[in-house]
Amino acid sequence: MQYFLQNVVNGLQWGSFYALVAIGYTMVYGVLMLFNFAHGDIFMVGAYIGFFTATGLVALAAVGNIILPSWLILTLTMLIAMFLNALVGMAVERIGYRPLRDAPRASAAITGLMIGIILETGNLALLGASRLAFPPLIKPEVYNISGVYITNQKIIIIIIALSLTFMLHLFIRKTKWGMAMRAMAYDFVITPLMGVPLNTIIALTFALGSGLAAAAGVLFGIAYPVLGPYMGIIIGWKAFVAAILGGRGSVLGAASAGFLMGFIEIFVVMIFPSTMRDFIAYSIILLILTFLPNGFFGEPFSAKLRL
Amino acid sequence: MRKCIILLALVLILPLTAVSAAGKAETNVIKVGINAPLTGSIPKVGEGTVDSAKMWLADIKKAGGLEVGGKMYKVQLDIQDNESKAASAVKANTKMITQDKVLIIIGPQSSKQAVPAGEVANNYKTPMISPWSTNPKTTLNRPWVFRACFLDPFQGKVIANFVTSHFHYTKAAVLYDIASDYPKGLAEFFKKAWEKLHGPGSVVAYESFTTGDKDFSAQLTDIIKSGAQFLFTPQYYNEVALIVKQAHQLGWKNVIMGSDSWGSAELVKLAGKDVYGDFFSTHYAAAGAKGATKVFIDRYKAKYGYIPDDVAALTWDALNLAKTAIQNTGKLTGNISTDRKNVRDALAKVKNFKGITGEMTFTGNGDPVKSAVIVRINDKGQFTFFKQVKP
Repeated sequence: MQYFLQNVVNGLQWGSFYALVAIGYTMVYGVLMLFNFAHGDIFMVGAYIGFFTATGLVALAAVGNIILPSWLILTLTMLIAMFLNALVGMAVERIGYRPLRDAPRASAAITGLMIGIILETGNLALLGASRLAFPPLIKPEVYNISGVYITNQKIIIIIIALSLTFMLHLFIRKTKWGMAMRAMAYDFVITPLMGVPLNTIIALTFALGSGLAAAAGVLFGIAYPVLGPYMGIIIGWKAFVAAILGGRGSVLGAASAGFLMGFIEIFVVMIFPSTMRDFIAYSIILLILTFLPNGFFGEPFSAKLRL
Repeated sequence: MRKCIILLALVLILPLTAVSAAGKAETNVIKVGINAPLTGSIPKVGEGTVDSAKMWLADIKKAGGLEVGGKMYKVQLDIQDNESKAASAVKANTKMITQDKVLIIIGPQSSKQAVPAGEVANNYKTPMISPWSTNPKTTLNRPWVFRACFLDPFQGKVIANFVTSHFHYTKAAVLYDIASDYPKGLAEFFKKAWEKLHGPGSVVAYESFTTGDKDFSAQLTDIIKSGAQFLFTPQYYNEVALIVKQAHQLGWKNVIMGSDSWGSAELVKLAGKDVYGDFFSTHYAAAGAKGATKVFIDRYKAKYGYIPDDVAALTWDALNLAKTAIQNTGKLTGNISTDRKNVRDALAKVKNFKGITGEMTFTGNGDPVKSAVIVRINDKGQFTFFKQVKP
């Protein structure tokens, strides 16, 4: 039982990252019908911004001899990283995607791949290939709850991931901006004719997705404090799978699919030899998609006006 | 149209001239190729390689060149980045051998690159010394490929013996990357050695992951449940940092053992206090070094500002092995393929070479006979000499 519960905790933490990154994919995909393949690398940039912000804040507090409580540094790091990474996401859209908005979808898709490579190699050229150690913003404390080991880091990560997901969900469901995004997802051609500012909404979509990726990056840095320029690739791919699995444009769908994938990966190791993890995990996901080709919560859209 | 043809002709001719220029080997220059991971997943290894090589070259320059059979030769380093990828390492070797006409190649460091790159060197009949690759396949049935370190089977045995005699443990756990030659090979050799000592089933958890993974919580939960008395993880420093942290957060309190891939200056920087008190087997220990090893460490530290890790030390030994072999040929003919053959033959006969990582003797194949060191990471995060293990 403890063994099972321990793996539930493991799965929740690991799923949190898939969930947060998958939301960024699904939002852009929902609005633009475009796979933003650079999203994994935007997540990486977010983690690096978080690293520099956190290191800067810690250094600043040391210089000014101010004792900043660690929760304040964490909150500031999260907010600054999310804000700056939102700007990065908007810049990616402006430079990479907007000039190609009327180009064939394939061109826009490879743009994403190219921007991804530019971000990775740009990081490599700027910062060198050495791994960076993310500053320990939350001093890890291990709690032993009748055999199940939980750290304060894990609790904070899971809570932040869940609350950000619900905040975004409410934003999309309850605000005018959110309604515009949903309308755009439904029909990309008619909606702008109704007076919805196309460029603003698309920029907002990228900003929100990238902001969430930065939050994921900061949390990732806390949980796995070794940063490298290629850290976003695999998590990007897998989050992309989660985004599709969750259903196009659905925030809650992407989040729940992200958590589900985290659980599947962890529980496969629990039952089968770890050698087979991804092989079995992704066979299961393939099977799910075979029966649910639209994912869990796919929204309807007028397909005829697309592509 | 005509312009196009002229342009096309130019494009076709240009590489020809380049090739013919490269084909004219300068007679009084010895080119030494360095195949190192300057970028990619283990850049610190590349940095150590190049720093060591530059210090070696500076020594030769200071001596006015390298004397072979009474004639002074200038030495040039040809440094190529293999991006820590197998395909790039193969490409780098091919380029150095066929285009740059190097006499001998030092590198690649990791088995992942050294195994395929050794194939190329062997096919082109060019001597290659991998300073750090401990996988048997690197030199197996390859008369042209050598190494400056011991082998994985030996290291697996060393760790199994050390843990048995020092801790008297009987239950082992292993966590390794199944997609990478070095950890996979070492994990298998360790398992074999351990089960020989303690019987089948004494490796109570044998877990794996894939290159690039960051979360090991599921595997570590299995390992903790298995009741293992210690964990052996022959991974590279960036993964070790994540593994030890996650293990402790899941309630692991026992010792964690590693292999020579732990021995990077980066390890303690990334892993912090979580690796204090753990052990690994390696080629040399900086703290507690004496004699020529200490001289090397002091010079290196003065020059680059950090303590050389085992990669730097082994690269130094590999370069000096190359130097000894070149000098032992007695004479360079100027014909690159004859000279490569002579250097290879001389290298295979090197006896009692006094390296800073121990004395080496080659006994016909590419693997030297030498000893291993068990290192403990102390409470200040320093790598300290713990025990020497002879083969």
